[in-house]
Amino acid sequence: MLNPSKVLAFLDITGNWDPSLALVMVGAIGVYIVVYPLSLKKMRKPLLDSEFNLVKLTKVDRKLVFGEVLFGIGWGLTGICPGPGITNAPVFSSTVMTFLISMTVGMLIFNWVQKKYSI
Amino acid sequence: MEHFTPWSSLLGGVLIGLASAMLFVGQGRIAGVMGIFNGLLGKVTSDYWWRLFFVVGLLLGGVIILHYLPQNSALGFSRPLPLVIIAGLLVGFGTRMGNGCTSGHGVCGLGRRSPRSLAAVLSFMGAGMLTVYLLKLVGV
Repeated sequence: MLNPSKVLAFLDITGNWDPSLALVMVGAIGVYIVVYPLSLKKMRKPLLDSEFNLVKLTKVDRKLVFGEVLFGIGWGLTGICPGPGITNAPVFSSTVMTFLISMTVGMLIFNWVQKKYSI
Repeated sequence: MEHFTPWSSLLGGVLIGLASAMLFVGQGRIAGVMGIFNGLLGKVTSDYWWRLFFVVGLLLGGVIILHYLPQNSALGFSRPLPLVIIAGLLVGFGTRMGNGCTSGHGVCGLGRRSPRSLAAVLSFMGAGMLTVYLLKLVGV
């Protein structure tokens, strides 16, 4: 999924649909859904830290949905999301680097808004 | 279905799952790239180093792919820069607002059976698919 074209082909459900990304998710979630609860059950703490850092947020709210919709729109525009974006940095093309810089700016803008308006 | 690559996709996914699992077993952290990267934008605390190592790992992975499987990377992929800028801003702002991206919500969140992450995944998948469709209509 480092190739944005493959991601866009997955999102192109009305066109030449490439379901590959779905299988990536199946493979990844398949492993994680087993290891995650098992490690919490069998381990008192992670190997290299003093405690498991668990997710505290549970509510499905407008902030979550709106934020993820914005993300989805951005993702649909280029087929690049944070993980593959960073991993592709060695490609060092103007598209990749512009994306990464813009993504960082977007993050900083939100962080600033969050701090200023306590959202 | 063009270019469907079931086996390499499944294998790639399993590797992602294993990597995420390793981060949880080893560091007790959720492998959400946005969250991990965001932590690097602030002050250097004791929290900083595992994040840095993780990102370096991603970059090393990128170097390896670029060298051995460049056709699987973003090499040669380009989009009009104004579009890329808007995309980057939306991805950065949106994932911070929603507190996660495809790795954090998609892999780890669904793997944790989190209802919040399910809502997130449905949101970004739906928005992504609609965006691609609309761009096609407009002829981009």
